[in-house]
Amino acid sequence: MRLRASTSGRGGTDARTGRNPVLSIVLYVVLIALALLTLFPFYWMFVLATHSQGTIFSAPPPMWFGEFLERNYTALLGRLPFLRNIWNSFYIALMATVATMFFASLAGFAFAMYEFRFKRVLFGVLIGSLMIPPLLGIIPYYLIIQYLGWLNTPRALWVPAMASAFGIFLMRQYIASSMPRDLLDAGRIDGASEFRIYWNIAVPIIRPGLATLGMLTFIGQWNNFLGPLVVLNQRESYTIPVALRTLQGQIQTDWGAVLTGTALAVLPLLIIFVLASRQVIEGLVAGSVKG
Amino acid sequence: MARTTTSAPPLAWSTRLDKFQRRIAPYLFISPFFILFAIFGLFPIVFSMYLSFQAWNPIQGLGTMRYIGLENYIWLMDDPWFWRSITNTLWIAFAAGVPQHLVAIPLAFALSRGIQRFRHPLTAAYFLPYITSAVAISLVFQTIFGTQFGALNHALAHLATAPWSAWLFGGLAENLPVNWLGRAPYIKPAISILVWWQFFGFNVVLYAAGLATIPKDYYEAAQIDGASGFQSFMNITLPLLRPMIFFAVTLTIIGNLQLFDQPFILTGGDGGTSQAGMTVAMYLYRTGFEWLEMGTAAAISWLLFVLIGTLTVIHFYFFGRSGLETRD
Repeated sequence: MRLRASTSGRGGTDARTGRNPVLSIVLYVVLIALALLTLFPFYWMFVLATHSQGTIFSAPPPMWFGEFLERNYTALLGRLPFLRNIWNSFYIALMATVATMFFASLAGFAFAMYEFRFKRVLFGVLIGSLMIPPLLGIIPYYLIIQYLGWLNTPRALWVPAMASAFGIFLMRQYIASSMPRDLLDAGRIDGASEFRIYWNIAVPIIRPGLATLGMLTFIGQWNNFLGPLVVLNQRESYTIPVALRTLQGQIQTDWGAVLTGTALAVLPLLIIFVLASRQVIEGLVAGSVKG
Repeated sequence: MARTTTSAPPLAWSTRLDKFQRRIAPYLFISPFFILFAIFGLFPIVFSMYLSFQAWNPIQGLGTMRYIGLENYIWLMDDPWFWRSITNTLWIAFAAGVPQHLVAIPLAFALSRGIQRFRHPLTAAYFLPYITSAVAISLVFQTIFGTQFGALNHALAHLATAPWSAWLFGGLAENLPVNWLGRAPYIKPAISILVWWQFFGFNVVLYAAGLATIPKDYYEAAQIDGASGFQSFMNITLPLLRPMIFFAVTLTIIGNLQLFDQPFILTGGDGGTSQAGMTVAMYLYRTGFEWLEMGTAAAISWLLFVLIGTLTVIHFYFFGRSGLETRD
């Protein structure tokens, strides 16, 4: 990779692509313009979050930041228990993330490291479960949660999320490629139990993979809409997406407040993405390509 | 094995325990998934099949469930709203899906072969919408699609009147401002634009991963033979990318047919003017949770499953073999 770059990166016409500089500049302009177009809705969301209803609905629409953010935030808190909603989202996403990281890596460890009876069949069931469209079970899911008395509780969402076939698959691939089986025997000779081998030997090795899985799980749960919409129906139990949806239904939608709320919903994801975009992208692609 | 047990002294209790924990460890480690999957994955599917043959309003309790055979399915076959939701879903899946790939393939090619710098920041920018809350961005797009003060109409008006672009976009002027989310003919295009915007970057990343597996030598050989970038794209990239195209299109089919968040938010939850934006997933949700017809809703979920299965099989039949044979 590095070698190639050094042999071709220099000079007027690009040796590797055979393109001349003018064409390459045109290409950059097109690619950057498309990137800006993609990012514009995010920028506009933050801009509108700082404007009042009056300036949002003016022509031309505002394109630069205003001074209404604080009042929008106050208005948002007046219409919804929004801090509570943020906490709910955070709590559900965190519980699902921690539990998934543990159970998925444990099961992934078993599928990667052991030979046992019915392994192929069980792994087949796991992969098969990825192909079931989630909508198929949505009605019974609601009934089960209702039967368990879990309506309007966070565990209605994070407990089912722990069974992440995607996570197990991701962890299995990661462990199989990064942990030598010899370590298993080495641990056994030292007299460690199988769980201790997982905990003391495997977990430190797979930390980067676990971090990726953690971020993907958190993002997925944080954004989840249909699940919370079905099992949460009290304002105090809402997660952010469901809470934002109720603002929309009001007769006089306060768009400044709505967009302040959406900005708060998107902000944690932006932070994760800025810090670890490579890991997030690679994890999501690896999961879907090999799945 | 038998000899060791007869000749050696009986195994110590701790050794036997150790052997036992070794033997059951793998089953123990994978059991949480299978227990949870049984409760929250497998049982719901079986139960929704059962439910689809019942008439049931959940408010009245489990005892009021009544077996009605195929009536839910028969009723849906005559239900104009159901058919509308099917055609809406197919319309949006197609209009949002096809351009995703038409844009993503050349874009991934340009990113991986055409430029040397900023590959990652550009890819990350295209990818960002994919990981953001569909509800949040649908709300943002609701303001972008605003009739009087939305950014899209504002931009179109600008294009239609500005001297440098009027020759091309001038024809738009008489149709502006477009009531994107209020008038039936514009709702599906508006939803499709949003869905396209949210998912094309994901496909760019998929195709970039596919392109990375094509040996560089092929391009170098083509270049020596005097092939242009466009010719390399048509004769090397596209054929070798077929397995990935096949796979990415499969994901698009399955995902787009289950579209819920974006149309739900953009149409305020009711499908919009004459249900022009109501997808099957939305109709299923409303049937079950607004009109409390759980049996009918379960039947819709199975019909949706059949639709997804059918289209996936058709896709496999027509493109699967050609998509897979280049892999070897």
